[in-house]
Amino acid sequence: MNTLRDQLIGTWTLLKKELLRFWRVAFQTVAAPVITGILYLLIFSQVLGDRLEVYEGVNYLVFLIPGLIMMSLLQNSFSNSSSSLIQAKIMGNIVFLLLTPLSYLQLFFAFLIAAIVRGMFVGICIYLIAMFYVDLPIQHPWFVFIFAFCGGGLMGAFGMIAGIWSTRFDQMAAFGNFVIMPLSMLSGVFYSIHSLPPIWQNISHFNPFFYMIDGFRYGFFGQSDTSPYLSLLIVVSFFIILSFITIRMLKSGYKLRN
Amino acid sequence: MKKAIVFKNVRKNYKQLKAVDGISLSIEKGEFFGLLGPNGAGKSTLINMMAGLVKPSDGSISVMGFDVNKEYQKARHSVGIVPQELVFDPFFNVREMLRFQAGYFGKDKSNDKWVDEVIERLDLTEKSSTNMRKLSGGMKRRALIAQALVHRPPVIVLDEPTAGVDVELRQKLWSFIKELNNEGHTIVLTTHYLEEAEALCNRVAMMKSGKIVALDSTKNLLKEFSLKNLKVRLQKNNIKKIATLLKDTPFEEEDGWCTFKLQKVSDASNIIEKLNSLKIQILDLKVIESDLENIFLKLTSKN
Repeated sequence: MNTLRDQLIGTWTLLKKELLRFWRVAFQTVAAPVITGILYLLIFSQVLGDRLEVYEGVNYLVFLIPGLIMMSLLQNSFSNSSSSLIQAKIMGNIVFLLLTPLSYLQLFFAFLIAAIVRGMFVGICIYLIAMFYVDLPIQHPWFVFIFAFCGGGLMGAFGMIAGIWSTRFDQMAAFGNFVIMPLSMLSGVFYSIHSLPPIWQNISHFNPFFYMIDGFRYGFFGQSDTSPYLSLLIVVSFFIILSFITIRMLKSGYKLRN
Repeated sequence: MKKAIVFKNVRKNYKQLKAVDGISLSIEKGEFFGLLGPNGAGKSTLINMMAGLVKPSDGSISVMGFDVNKEYQKARHSVGIVPQELVFDPFFNVREMLRFQAGYFGKDKSNDKWVDEVIERLDLTEKSSTNMRKLSGGMKRRALIAQALVHRPPVIVLDEPTAGVDVELRQKLWSFIKELNNEGHTIVLTTHYLEEAEALCNRVAMMKSGKIVALDSTKNLLKEFSLKNLKVRLQKNNIKKIATLLKDTPFEEEDGWCTFKLQKVSDASNIIEKLNSLKIQILDLKVIESDLENIFLKLTSKN
């Protein structure tokens, strides 16, 4: 009764359900963010395309693509875990999970991996479509992967925190509108922070999204605004901290059991 | 080990409100146990604490010998709970939902046969590929019951399972639950349909304001609180007459029927003799046995 095998089956079942949940509404969860990303790409490439060279040998359009991929990845990882939890809480079907022997760690890993998979899937779709426009070789694939994985995981954990904490859809929307959107827009997706006045450059260094995007971009170009190792350290640290908070919330049953 | 569920001095306080106030109760394996009480009595809170959905403020609860907090995984394997609300996951159909639920309990594909059997026994076969959103209330209720059974738990808890369910379906559900009980499952039922508790449960606990006010076998409870009522139908003018003439024999009147509460059987002949002596014609009469509803109302009424 509740052997390791049972636990693996339980975790895999929840992961499979979470993956199917977003796949069933792929038009909304995959197609929509991919189209949004492509629209950004089309507009900015038309306006600024060949006129700017951000890094040596890297024109603006090429510079923009990794940022857009990462921004979409982060937003969708957050959306996956947060929307799943808030919907289950408001619909009441969270009870089907809470009545099971699934431990807080099983819940955490299943939601986390599903969030990373959705984020990466959206990111890969944007990358594949962008390849029709530009040649975008990857200089350091492991950096690309590790930043995508840790960034998706960080946002998946943050989505769980938001989903557990929120009790209404408007509270959840506030996370998206007042935290995720401004931090991602001001993270250097659309510009290099070296083009900012010094004070804004300093402020940008307090934005964790900046490190996720800058490190991810380093994987493509081998060039970045700050050291990729510093970015990695900060991203991994945030990932660990948010995971720890999420696990504590799940373990205590905060806003779930009672 | 004969106990399926043991509550030991369980309390749940919500600020000043004592939702469950020191309940100690044991339910034997194989019992069909009824938990009755008015809204707000604490029945669902008690069940939710057993399910691990609510943390007790004090006391301990065990299911099949496993503490629901310390050994929660083993305890949850042992129990299947049918929640009161008609909740469902709108993304999946009935079969998918049941297979997922079984998977959470570590059941692999070899359990699919049992899932199909549960679907069949609950008359869900035709709807097994239908999205949960598109099911009627009754069908959703069946799916909820199926969900509680997919991991073959020895203890099944049904929290108001027939609320809003039509008579035919209710009968089907009860015959299925009875079968499960006959197969050895322990059943705990909360219900507002007291005649069902009377017909199905071996033992009943009645709750009021977080406390148990009666706990006994259904048979003993009916015996202990048995009250026989004599109902006589009279002409309207005679009812007014006896209201003044039989001041020492109180009765209640409804639709031409006067109900006299009997302390002993001989009281019935005394009342009939009195009416005869007053030359009051009896149009019809019957003796009514007390049922669980009377006892329930008596024990849970404010006065």
